[in-house]
Amino acid sequence: MHLAYPAVLSALLFCTGLYGVLARRNAILVLMSVELMLNAVNLNLVAFDVWLSQAAEETLHSGQALTLFTIAIAAAEIGIGLAIVLAVHRNRGTSDVDKLRDTAEGHEPDGHEPGGPGGPDADGSASDAPTTPATGTAAEKTEATA
Amino acid sequence: MTPAATAVLLAAQAQTHTHVQVQAQAPAQGFLSPTGVEIAFLLVGVVTFGAAVVTVTTRQLVHAALWLVVALGGLAVEYLLLTAEFIAWVQVLIYVGSVVVLLLFGLMLTKAPIGRSPDADSGNRRAALAVAVASAAALVWVVVDAFRTTWIDLDGAVAGAEGARGSTQVTGEALFRNWVLPFEALSVLLLAALVGAIVLSRRTSPGSDRPTPASDRRPPSQEGAR
Repeated sequence: MHLAYPAVLSALLFCTGLYGVLARRNAILVLMSVELMLNAVNLNLVAFDVWLSQAAEETLHSGQALTLFTIAIAAAEIGIGLAIVLAVHRNRGTSDVDKLRDTAEGHEPDGHEPGGPGGPDADGSASDAPTTPATGTAAEKTEATA
Repeated sequence: MTPAATAVLLAAQAQTHTHVQVQAQAPAQGFLSPTGVEIAFLLVGVVTFGAAVVTVTTRQLVHAALWLVVALGGLAVEYLLLTAEFIAWVQVLIYVGSVVVLLLFGLMLTKAPIGRSPDADSGNRRAALAVAVASAAALVWVVVDAFRTTWIDLDGAVAGAEGARGSTQVTGEALFRNWVLPFEALSVLLLAALVGAIVLSRRTSPGSDRPTPASDRRPPSQEGAR
């Protein structure tokens, strides 16, 4: 097989994941795009392992071993990431990465980016900030106790 | 003719000579006459890429997770075509089996809207598209240019001296002979990640809890359960 096939497919998948990470607004969709990028790396590792182990007499099979490690680390990453997203959702009532701008500098005084949908959204979230965490916590409690 | 010009000429000759050699080796497996494995890889790759594109562009959040299943399953088939058998089954088990289920749980626990949500994409969509297309063009150009004359010997990989190179036996031997220490370290990492996820998603202790005001979203039946 031509090595360019898996390499090109992996590059395209990586860039698809890159687009998703940059363009998505929901944090869980961002995590999905991260999974796509990790899978592109895995495909590269497997293809190059098959290519390089055909020449070597004694090989470590590092590509396949590292692919397994990457898969395991991706599983750990998705667990931690979802736990963080759930904690943020419980505290803020949203999992929207555009609304989590506590550490952003220079966005509070002069409003927000002009013309975008972020303006009214961020204003609304700022105005009902005292009520949103309370309802989020209450709903989470009822779920957990039920 | 000056010696310098002779050297340049010789270098150029050597270059064209190696170039011709490489070109003469390559057409044994022609670029325009793909094998069956290549055709299968191409078809599954198109399906995988399409599913990935739908995953990052659809406006229905649950559908994005389900298209991710198609993309990851297609990648498992690609691993099978690349003779990495064990990786393919691990991919099916872990990604399709657990990661996507975890993502669906996350979508439902964060009360993701079922159906079309108009604000699935953020405002910087065009910039993201530009960045993605530019990086895709650069990567594909570099990769195609670098591996234009490189071939994977899949038949040799399947019918090798020690059996199939990607079989479970070979992978297991490589893993537990050469990679034991990283493997064990990875198990500790997974344990730490599990404990961390539990700690993060646990509710705060009742002592530090604020009294929650009555919410209209609380159904009365669960009120009794408290």
